[in-house]
Amino acid sequence: MIRLSGISRTYQVGDELVHALADVTEEIDAGEHLAIMGPSGSGKSTLLHILGCLDRPDAGTYELLGREVGKLDETELSLVRRHTIGFVFQFFHLVPRLTALENVELPMVFAGLERSERHERAMGRLQAVGLELRADHRPDQLSGGERQRVALARATVLEPKLLLADEPTGNLDAASGRQVLALLRELNATGLTLVVVTHDPAVARRARRVLVLRDGLVFQRVDGAHVHEAVEALSRDENGP
Amino acid sequence: MRATDVFGFASRALRGHRVRTGMSLLGVSIGVAAVIALTALGEGARLYVVGQFASIGTNLLIVLPGKTETTGGMPGFGGVPNDLTLADAEAVVQAIPEIEKGSPIAVGTETVAHGERRRQVAIIGTTHEMLELRHLSLAQGRFLPPLEWDRGSPVAVIGTTLSSELFPGESPLGRIVRIGEWRMRVVGVLAPRGEQLGVDMDDVAIVPVATAMKMLNRRSLFRVLLQVRGHAELDLARDKVTRLLSERHGEEDITCIAQDAVLTALDSILGALTMALGGIAAISLAVAGVGIMNVMLVSVSERTREVGLLKALGAGRGQILALFLTEAVLISSAGGLLGLAFGWGAVAALVAMFPALPATPPTWAVGAALALSVAVGAGFGVLPARRATRLDPVAALAGR
Repeated sequence: MIRLSGISRTYQVGDELVHALADVTEEIDAGEHLAIMGPSGSGKSTLLHILGCLDRPDAGTYELLGREVGKLDETELSLVRRHTIGFVFQFFHLVPRLTALENVELPMVFAGLERSERHERAMGRLQAVGLELRADHRPDQLSGGERQRVALARATVLEPKLLLADEPTGNLDAASGRQVLALLRELNATGLTLVVVTHDPAVARRARRVLVLRDGLVFQRVDGAHVHEAVEALSRDENGP
Repeated sequence: MRATDVFGFASRALRGHRVRTGMSLLGVSIGVAAVIALTALGEGARLYVVGQFASIGTNLLIVLPGKTETTGGMPGFGGVPNDLTLADAEAVVQAIPEIEKGSPIAVGTETVAHGERRRQVAIIGTTHEMLELRHLSLAQGRFLPPLEWDRGSPVAVIGTTLSSELFPGESPLGRIVRIGEWRMRVVGVLAPRGEQLGVDMDDVAIVPVATAMKMLNRRSLFRVLLQVRGHAELDLARDKVTRLLSERHGEEDITCIAQDAVLTALDSILGALTMALGGIAAISLAVAGVGIMNVMLVSVSERTREVGLLKALGAGRGQILALFLTEAVLISSAGGLLGLAFGWGAVAALVAMFPALPATPPTWAVGAALALSVAVGAGFGVLPARRATRLDPVAALAGR
């Protein structure tokens, strides 16, 4: 489903060039559950942004569902983001003045769906995350876990093929985090391709496959079950001679 | 994206910042109110002046003795004009078919007395035709009777002020007043009219022209008013009057003015004044536009994360542009409507203070002010909205 080859991304920070990603080549199959790990500055967020078509690589090609993303113009990219990709962020990013229901409706507003259809589908998604009774609440009236579940409902309401989660439990307590992870897993079980960026081994462990990045390069590819050994190897390497 | 959704999203974003939205809205409304109030003032002045002239009558020619052009000859040599006589006036009315009717006017000042009460007023000597030519109306009695122009008659029509001064609390009809050495019978009282081109028509005595000329010891008329049949014949009639009187006098020593020419000139001058006032007021609308731009720029930088999110959710550039532009236009057009209300209020207050001034904002000014307020929002909203569309989504999501 996804084919990355030779992806690199360089930022200019002051006078210095920072290589956030240097030559990443990877394939992700449809329906896969992939975790991306690595210390801060390893390039995992940059990779996620490129996967989400929010950022463009400086070199290399990105093929999504058989289309080369680098050749799409701004309008086509926004359509890909709208219909093919769902985002979940660490800081939820709900629009504060809109209710939970209206937040979930937003992607459908951009798609130009009719009000009644929007309402029905948004309510359905809220029900799926167990928040149908909170539909009229604004984000500041919801707990962190509830906010992330609203964000999850919003990310999936247009039935995307790919769900990208950036530290989805990073701002949640353990119980809410588990709830959100369970929901992600459920979605993955229905065939949705899931890519989670995390620094938490407990989160990465649930993925079938883990990509460990370091300095913009893939350091290791491991099974979810062996994530702890990979983390140890990484820290040994960092702290080693 | 549907238009109603764009509208709903933008208006909710504005309601999130009531004070800020209110302030920039106020800026626009002051601009629109200024345009409306000032153009109403200008239009009122124009209508007032035009009304003053129109009340004298339409399609009028005014003949006055003397040439208004200076010839530069030596004073005393042929410079004294011939008298403009009653016979001249009658000849013009009878000989020129384009003239429907005419009325000679002699004026002067004399003391009018009844018993011990006396009052110095303007005396107007004229004929029966004056009633219609100058659109006069009567409160009591009747106007001067139709007479041969060269025949006098001891009758007078007086203004309301004069009437109440000489005959407090009683009817003056049929009573005798003394005008100078002359005893005259009051046959009518004019309806209140107020000042008309500098003469207080409430404080006059009107007598037959032949009597007035003897009473005031005048040989020349002050003016002859002529009513022309149609507007199209005005110029022709003026030429004929000038030619006829020049023949009778042996030289061109009278001036003939078309009332409309004066009116048209004043009308266009005052119209231009109104436009200028509106234009000056429109500058304040532009200032208000800068205010909107400022508020929208603040709004965009405050909502950077939101813009990043909208992009991540698949909003296109055009959609984000439309959202922010709609906010700006909503502020400006709501301000325009509010300003319309303010403007009407100011005009109503003005009319209450000066009832004589027919101040109403011209339709073009109302339309232009509203259109301009919408345009101001759209124009000054473009820069902030474009800034929003150009935000890099990754940086915007991080709040940078």
